[in-house]
Amino acid sequence: MDFSLSEEQSMLVDSVSRFIDNDYDFETRQRNAARDEGFDPATWRQFADLGWAAVPFAEDDGGLGGGPIEVALLMQQFGRGLVVEPYLANIVLAGGALRQAGNAEQKSEWLGGLIDGSRHAAVAFAEPQSRFDIADVATSAAAVDGGFVINGSKSMVLNARNADVFVIPARTGGSRNDKSGITLFLVPADTAGIGIRDYATVDGHQAAELLLTDVQATATAVLGNIDGGFDTLRSIVDDATLAVCAEAVGIMSTMHEKTVEYSKNRVQFGVPIGSFQALQHRMADNLIACEQSYSLMLWAVMLKAAGADDTSRAISALKYQIGTAGRRVAQEAVQIHGGMGITWELDIAHYFKRFSAIETLFGNADFHLDRYVALSA
Amino acid sequence: MNVNFSADEIAFRDEVRTFLDEKYPQDLRDKQAQGIRWDREDHLRWQKILYEQGWAAVNWPVEYGGTGWTVIQKYIFANEIAEADAPDMIPFGVKMVAPVIYTYGNEEQKERFLPDILQSNVWWCQGYSEPGSGSDLASLKTRAERDGDHYVINGTKTWTTLAQMADWIFCLVRTSSDVARRQEGISFILVDMRTPGVTVKPIITIEGEHEVNEVHFDNVRVPVENLIGEEGKGWTYGKVLLQHERTSTAGVARSKFRLNRLRRKCGESLHGAAPLIEDRNFARKLAALEIDLKALEYTDLRTLAAVAVGKAPGPESSILKVRGTEIQQGLDALFMEAAGYYALPYVPDQYVAGFVQDERVGAGTETRTSLTYFNNRKASIYAGSNEIQRNIISKHVLGL
Repeated sequence: MDFSLSEEQSMLVDSVSRFIDNDYDFETRQRNAARDEGFDPATWRQFADLGWAAVPFAEDDGGLGGGPIEVALLMQQFGRGLVVEPYLANIVLAGGALRQAGNAEQKSEWLGGLIDGSRHAAVAFAEPQSRFDIADVATSAAAVDGGFVINGSKSMVLNARNADVFVIPARTGGSRNDKSGITLFLVPADTAGIGIRDYATVDGHQAAELLLTDVQATATAVLGNIDGGFDTLRSIVDDATLAVCAEAVGIMSTMHEKTVEYSKNRVQFGVPIGSFQALQHRMADNLIACEQSYSLMLWAVMLKAAGADDTSRAISALKYQIGTAGRRVAQEAVQIHGGMGITWELDIAHYFKRFSAIETLFGNADFHLDRYVALSA
Repeated sequence: MNVNFSADEIAFRDEVRTFLDEKYPQDLRDKQAQGIRWDREDHLRWQKILYEQGWAAVNWPVEYGGTGWTVIQKYIFANEIAEADAPDMIPFGVKMVAPVIYTYGNEEQKERFLPDILQSNVWWCQGYSEPGSGSDLASLKTRAERDGDHYVINGTKTWTTLAQMADWIFCLVRTSSDVARRQEGISFILVDMRTPGVTVKPIITIEGEHEVNEVHFDNVRVPVENLIGEEGKGWTYGKVLLQHERTSTAGVARSKFRLNRLRRKCGESLHGAAPLIEDRNFARKLAALEIDLKALEYTDLRTLAAVAVGKAPGPESSILKVRGTEIQQGLDALFMEAAGYYALPYVPDQYVAGFVQDERVGAGTETRTSLTYFNNRKASIYAGSNEIQRNIISKHVLGL
């Protein structure tokens, strides 16, 4: 058992953290989020040039051979900087699907572009009725000569606006909530029949609803096995859950630190508000929550890295922790900032909104506590 | 970064398991399983078995008889002890006064006191709190006045755990009132409980047991060689001790053992009913507690890893104390909830040695759950209440 970072891991953290401190202040973040793309393409290319986009891919696939620990360290820093560039959608979700289930041809077609930042992708993991159950796939893929015809709806498709290709789970067998019978399709975004209703999300990111009407997919579009897509879907959604939890750990700690700093400078009744015990104890509790969340993150990423059986259970534990203890830290940060905490002008409000979005993404605290219970049985 | 144990660590774990299998006496195991409180001789017998194995002083430097174990070995050891349902060492000697003696005592004091602590020849208790000094420890009033080669001690200490079994007491006493800060002028003195003028009066706690006491000092004459370190510096020494105390109050291994036992018990069908674990509300409460505990386990390990590279346990140990005791109390409450009506019969005789088992009310130790729940409300109050811990975090970690 070892908690220390390797030399490569330390260098990675240093490089991202320097970038956040020097080149990604709050104004830059807001400017990037306000662009049509929802992020800054030049910054995204910089992420690729610095090798960050290549981190989780095998060297044979043009990657750096990193794993969940490296991704978590990156995401934690991205949380600190409130980064809007689509690392989660391109690298963790779509890249993960290709990495885990793609054949040689599919990898060579798409991975290079994702890693060098020239192409974008999106995974349609949710449907309007599915809530957080990724097995609830009503979208159908009917077999026809030479391929499949896909019909259905998808929601909260992150990065859909920029995607060159979609990963679409569709039902080729079984009934609506069955884990078997789900097939993943790799469908170019310009395929006829894909309707995109895109929108900004409350946290400054972007996503879309997809309406799929008689979308043609060739047999070569199948990613992985027919009817056997659920395991890949669950695995990449677990990875994505872990990634946003690491981002949330970075956000929580930043909100906590900014709040402590603010309480030292904000004077009311002739004294800094940080001198009030009612606030001190709450900030002490926030520190405890930050430390406890970071500890659980280490547990979950180390289990993931070791390929342990109870990794999914650990990820649900972490997501529950983020959705409960983390939520209190985020809410208290806004509360202690007083009226300023609820202005658009102050960064705290935007950290709060991103944190709140993460609470919902891939299942909220209640959902994950139930999943934890089920996996403990 | 990785979670795996090395081959050496697995071998060490097996060694500890084998030792416990072979050397943890069956009569003591039975008492523990039946919830029967151990007496002084039981504790000393078990601690001497650990001493014979060389495992009595896990955290001491090797030169004084410590183990020299790595952080992970200590973690494994604590887990195995808990898993065997063996009690922890009575902390006042080996965990509390000994580090002060080997850090601040002179050579003569080390030779005089440490071997008896290591071998469990002497039972220690702690004289910190006073009737007027609870959380505000620096307001303590027990005085020690110099008279030739002696200090003459007058005053009262309270909440003194197991003083009725103790041979010696370590005390914080005021040796000077003419000081700029109240924390100055306090000294750290060791007192033989048999000295004339020392009397012990029981305090019966909420669950009806005699665990704590008041200790009165009436013109108690103590040789000056029983002063540790410098006169007037006792607060500094005592603070170091408290940080050690807080780290060890996290109690992660013990809580893990209790949680797993609760999960097992709730998986069984009691009194013909459906297993409680199938109740969704209960299962979710248990899961939430388990998640908290896992987080604490890793926070504890991170702290230990920092200590291993030479950092003293700092104010962060307050985090362990707060969360550790909150989780223990959460478990206490869940055990009591799980017992249902059987938490209510007040049958303390069932937990005294010699009780005839077939007259027992309730299955197993269900009727003990409420006693534990009541008694352990102490956990968030002792060793610096959890509110004091939050003050420490605010001041020393957050800089407020």
